[in-house]
Parts: sequence; structure tokens; C-alpha cells
Amino acid sequence: MGLKQNLHNLKEKYKGTKMAPAFNAIHTFLYLPNEVTHGGTHIKAADDLKRTMNTVIMSLIPVLIFGMFNAGYQHFSAIERAQGITTEFSLFGSFLTWDNLWIGIIKVLPLVVVSYAVGLLVEFIFAVIKGHEVEEGYLVTGMLVPLIVPIDTPLWMLSVAVVFGVVIGKEVFGGTGMNILNPALTIRAFLFFAYPTWMSGDKVWVYDAVERTGTADAISGETILGTYAQNSESIYSTWDKFMGFIPGSIGETSTLLILLGAAFLIFTKIGSWRIIVSTFIGAAAMGLIFNGIVNADIITESSKFYGLMSAPFWEHLIIGGLAFGAVYMATDPVTASQTNKGKWIYGFLIGFISIMIRVFNPAYPEGVFLAILLMNVFAPTIDHYVVQGNVKKRLKRAKVKTA
Amino acid sequence: MSKDIRITKGLDIKLVGEAKKSTTKTSLSSTYAIKPDDFHGITPKLLVKEGAEVKAGQALFYSKSDERILVPSPVSGKVVEIKRGARRKVLAVKIAANAKNEHTDFGVKKPSDMSAQEIKEHLFLSGCWPFIKQRPFDVVANPNQTPKAIFISGYATAPLAADLSYTLNGKELEINTAIEAIAKLTEGKVHLSVGKEEAIFNGIKNVEKHNVSGPHPAGNVSTQIARIDPINKGEVVWIVKPADLVVMGELFLTGRLNLTRTIALTGSQFENPQYVTAISGASIADVVKNNLNNDNTRIISGDVLTGNQVNEDGFLGYYDNQVTAIPEGDDYEFFGWNKPVFDKISPSRALTFSWLNPKKKYDLNTNTNGEHRAFVVTGSYENVFPLDIYPMQLLKAFMYKDLDEMEALGGYEVAPEDFALTEFICVSKQPHQKIIREGLDLMREELG
Repeated sequence: MGLKQNLHNLKEKYKGTKMAPAFNAIHTFLYLPNEVTHGGTHIKAADDLKRTMNTVIMSLIPVLIFGMFNAGYQHFSAIERAQGITTEFSLFGSFLTWDNLWIGIIKVLPLVVVSYAVGLLVEFIFAVIKGHEVEEGYLVTGMLVPLIVPIDTPLWMLSVAVVFGVVIGKEVFGGTGMNILNPALTIRAFLFFAYPTWMSGDKVWVYDAVERTGTADAISGETILGTYAQNSESIYSTWDKFMGFIPGSIGETSTLLILLGAAFLIFTKIGSWRIIVSTFIGAAAMGLIFNGIVNADIITESSKFYGLMSAPFWEHLIIGGLAFGAVYMATDPVTASQTNKGKWIYGFLIGFISIMIRVFNPAYPEGVFLAILLMNVFAPTIDHYVVQGNVKKRLKRAKVKTA
Repeated sequence: MSKDIRITKGLDIKLVGEAKKSTTKTSLSSTYAIKPDDFHGITPKLLVKEGAEVKAGQALFYSKSDERILVPSPVSGKVVEIKRGARRKVLAVKIAANAKNEHTDFGVKKPSDMSAQEIKEHLFLSGCWPFIKQRPFDVVANPNQTPKAIFISGYATAPLAADLSYTLNGKELEINTAIEAIAKLTEGKVHLSVGKEEAIFNGIKNVEKHNVSGPHPAGNVSTQIARIDPINKGEVVWIVKPADLVVMGELFLTGRLNLTRTIALTGSQFENPQYVTAISGASIADVVKNNLNNDNTRIISGDVLTGNQVNEDGFLGYYDNQVTAIPEGDDYEFFGWNKPVFDKISPSRALTFSWLNPKKKYDLNTNTNGEHRAFVVTGSYENVFPLDIYPMQLLKAFMYKDLDEMEALGGYEVAPEDFALTEFICVSKQPHQKIIREGLDLMREELG
């Protein structure tokens, strides 16, 4: 009773003051508020936005933990490869080890902490200035951001990007629920376009690869997409790619865990299965088209597109950020299409365009985030036409009646 | 054309406190009140002054827009108070009932011998006109229009709704008489929707019957209209509730306006949820006497989704046949936003477990379970919204008051009650019914 009563008294005391939103944000984190219904329905369902966001975060935890181990695993295996040592892979012997986790703790956790600290600070400042409650949107964004950046992203760079993403990507439009672009992807795009030499190299994907460049201990940090883009064969097996023992952005590598997260989101009815499924369909369709072109000998091995174009279509689904984008990024309800029909079209085009960008842009073969941002912009247009269909049906009905 | 209507989208909210099928007669209350706000769309012009003696059925006020529309006194007695609010708006006309129980005699009439005009006049005079509501806009019907059809929903799906086959038992003659009368007011048909098992309507004639099944809002008349004969721009349909048909039928048969109704007392805060008979406008204290656990209780005249909050010293709504009492939820809940929830209803499965046991009855309180937020989640309203309308797009159009869009997206086809379920499940806790009500009022002003 003590804490509850004290917080209640504090809330009443600061009601209506400038700092009230900041206090309430922390208060409602501890306690479901004592608000009762006024007018309208007298009862409400159990779900609120916090619960919804929390569900998404829960589905991201396995991916995050995997990413922490993978950070270390990629670091050490790259060193071993550089030294010419080959060791047999075993899950407990070489992956789930304290050494690997330690790399994750010193490299990945700071990214998470900085992302949340900077992003929530911006949210609090805006909430206090504009006098509204702190909305929960950043809870998910803050978790997504560290998962879609390369491991060697400097913390200052991340901070700048988060401030940009939250202010320009969200707050200028009016805050959570009003933004056009997915804030997490806005942050990613900012990093990509503001620091291209850093972000698009082949070094940032593995911890320490950048530092060691040019020294005797140099290691490779190249992703599979980078390898394919240079028309070389990947050293990773399909099993590795599916399980995620490959270099890449922190959270995007393990297709298995992402699919488990997707299953959880769909089961809880939080994520839109329509978008997830149609994105994969779209990507597979584009992949098949490219495979067809290669089979028809239109593009031959001499072409610079050959490497990615000839990759079997199903492989496109498990490498790069496609799965992660489909499950966690494209499904953001604010920036996705809002109608059920629109969601099918929206998802399909994301998958389709992702693979197209991936193949035709060998300099930086990660097309997923650009495809999603592009479709974010077009989502209202898709919705417009879907809704117009409904409007036309209504008009037609009226006409039949009068005729 | 099939006459069966099957609804798949929706949600049955199962609550503790269903009324047992036994009826107690409540004693005559000392005071009754008629609240003009119950008659949405009518601006009252008073016909009586404080201190005036009135008979049951005698008009208390008329509508400013059409002076033929009268609202009657439910009982005989003395007007003791005209309660006014801000800008002298009339909030309630209170009548101290006397034991004489005098009725204005409107004369026994046979609808079959009357013309449409005569029936209208009779309904005006006796104060029965407000029972007829219209779509679009969900207001008391405009008598200058002719409806393309009249709809009656004989299927109650709202949470803990009164069982019509119990409350209307033995009223077949009254209902048939009333239907005979109102059928003359339309060029089209009278549609009656019934649930599969409700034998009570078997003897009702002169109507087109439709079997309705499915979860709430299958019983909402908008849902049925959309399936049977959707409203287009410029069309009007009228709606009458079965309980009001009984009153109208009795008027024709006996010449008296008898507003005695069978009221369901429902909800977990009643010791014995059951039925009582009471006259419209009765004081809540008398209706719930010796039955209510009034410790931190929300009393609602109507059901939990669409009813109005009343105090124990308040009065029964004019149209209501249900009083619900549920616990207030004005308490904090530690980590209520992320811990697993077993005792509340949820349309999702986000650590909420109401999906495990769809038959379970819940004791919900009035806590909002979260704070007001902008619209974020999409696609969830559609699961409980059976009309061929995009609910979120319509709500947004109603919020930014774009009349063209409101019209194009289906504003003529909805009533606030249709958005009760979307409001219930809304993650952002937006006041949907209020948005719709205000939007409809604006449409009525600008387009109607």
C-alpha cells in the first residue's frame, strides 16, 4: 500500500504541471493507472498500447540474445580464419560461450542502452514541451535500432542518428501514431547516408574488423550479400544462414529465431500475418524472376549482377535483413497499410522491391530497409485506393437503387 | 434471397450477473424524471410549469423542430422540479407521483381501420412518436419523411441484455397491433430479425422475418439493415424496439399510455440479478431497492457498452429495459500493463488468456486498462465490426470532420452503438461512440 499511496499523492500534487507527463510515464510503468471510463463503454478490454509494445519487445529478446553471442562468435571465427585455423562448429563449444557473450555485452548492450537513453530522452522532452503523455512508440523502436545496425557502429554516431530519427522521423509529424516513416528505419537510413564510408564498407559487420584493417591481424567482416555482390561463393552453408551463424546486423542473422518471433507475434494477434506472409511471397516472386532470367542465359557470369541474381530464390529469404524486415519492420502498424487488403499489396511490394534493390545495387546490397521506407511512403496511397473501392461500391449500390 | 443472417465478426462479452427469470414488482416510486437528453435530437420546449398537475400520458414538452412530437409524463402527479443545467438547458422534468394513477384517455382504436395519417396523429398525440427512431443519424424520426422500410431487432446480443422471450412473454397481441399500425407508415416492408430459438416472435404477422445468428453486434439493428437493405444517401429507415412496440400496441388496445416495463437488473454488484417491473423514468433507488451492493459501484441505465452512468438518486432512462451494476475500477494495478492477465477479456493473446476459455464469465470493472493514446494498432477493429465499412477510416473522417468523406465512407449507415465493440477493444482507448455521435450530429446539421 505504501508505495502505491505515495505515488498517488505525488501524482495528485503535480497534476497539471509541466513535469506531470514525465512523472506519469514512470508512474504508469509501475502501476496501471486508476482511470475509470467516462461516457462510452463502461468496460474496456485488457489490452493497452504498453502491452502491445511489450509483446513486440518480448518477441525481440531471443533475437537480441542470439545477436550478442553471434557478435563474439563472428569475431573469434574471423580471427581464426585469418590465421588459417579451422575448427569444428559446435553449439555449446564454440557458440554459446562466455567469451562470445562477453563481446556481446561490451558491444551490443551499450548500443541498446544508448538507443533507449537518447530516444526516450527526446520523447520525454517533447512530451513535456507539448504537454501530452509520453507515448509508448519508442519502446519498440529503441529495441529495433540496435538490432539493425552493424556491430561496430560508434555510440556517438548512433546517438546522433537516434536524435535525428526521433525528431525528424516522428515528432515533427506529431508523435507516435502520426509518423509516415518507420522511425527505426529512418535512423538506419540516416546512418547509411550520413556516414556512407563507415556504414557500407565490408568491415563494420564483425567486431574489431575495422580496427585491425591494415595490420597483420586483419580480419574480414564481409556479409554474404557483399560476397555475392562480388560474384564470389559464400563460405557459409545453408544451415548456417538459416540458423544465423553469419555476419550481419546484430539482430537480422538468425532466420530461425526471427520466424519464432513471427510465430509469437501472429499467435498473440499483435503482428499482421498478412504483411509477413506477403513480404516473403513478394521476395520469392522477385527471386524467381531473377532465377528465370539467369536460367534463360540473359544474364551470364560476366555480369556484375550474376552473383546475387543466380542465388536461388529461397536463399534470398534467409540472408540479409529480409526476414527481420518482414517480421519486425514492415509490420509497424503506424507506417504500414492500414486496410487488410492494402496490407497484402504493401507486403508483397516490400518483398519484391527488396530483392530488386539487393540485386541491382551491388555497392550496398541491403535493399530491405530502403524498400520498406519506400513503401511506407506509398502505404497511404495503397490505402486510399482500397478505401475508394469501398466508396465506389457504396455509390454503385445507390445508383442501382435509383435507376 | 436467403433470409438468414449470419454474422461471424464480433465479440460476445460474457459477464457475471445474468438476470434470473423471475420478476418482482417494484412499488410506485415517489419521484419520476424524464430527461430530454434521452431523446437525442429533440430540443425540448416545455408545456408544463413547476407545480402543474399532470396525468400519465399528458405531454411534458414538445420538440422545438416539430411541435407535433410530444414527450409524455409516465405517471400522474405533480411536476415538482424542472432541473436546468448550463445555459438553462433542461436536464430533467421531475414528477412526484400520486397514488391516483390517472391516465389520459386517448381512446381505443383499431389500426386496421385507420389511415396512415390518422395513425401518425394518434402516435403524436399520445406521445408515442419518440419510440420511432430513424437512420441515418440515429435520432427520433422526422415525421415528414417516409421511410423505405421499418426495422425491428428481436435479437438482443448486448452484454447481459434482457431476454426478450422472457420480457415480451404474452405480449403478442400488443406487438401485432403495433406492427399493423406502423406498417402503414412505410411504403416498404417491416423487417423483424429474430434469434434462432426465440419462439416468442412465432405469432407475429405482417412482417418479413430474418433469422439472425452470431456474436454481438448481430443484434444491433445496423448490422441487420446492412445485410437486408442497406441505407443509401437520401434514404431513411425507421427503427422501433420490441419493448416500445408493446407500449404502442397497448395504446391502441386500451387507449392508455402505459410505460410499465420489465427491467433486467444485471451485473455482479446485484445480490440477486433478476427482472423487475418499473415505469420509465423511475428512480434508480426504487428499482434496485434491497438488491444492490452499492460499495464503489458503477450503476448504468442500459448495458455496459452503450448505457448511461447514473447515481442511486438518478432515474431510469426512458428507453432502457436494463440496469447494470459493476464494480468501479479506480485502483492502481502493479505492473498491470505487462503481467499475464486471466481475469479480463481481451481480443488478443498478448499474455492475456481469455482466449483459452471463451465460455467463462468475467467480472469486469470500469478501469480503462490503459491511457488514451493516438490510433496505432490497425486491423483489430475489423474483427469485431461486421459492416462493410472501414471503421478506423470512418472514425478518423468523423474526427477531422470532412463531410464528404463522412458521407462516402458510410456515415449514413452507422449509429454510435455500432462502435461500442471497437471502443471496448480499442488499444488506444479512444472514445469511439462519442466521436460517432458528434460526427452524426454534424452531418445531420449540415447534410440532413
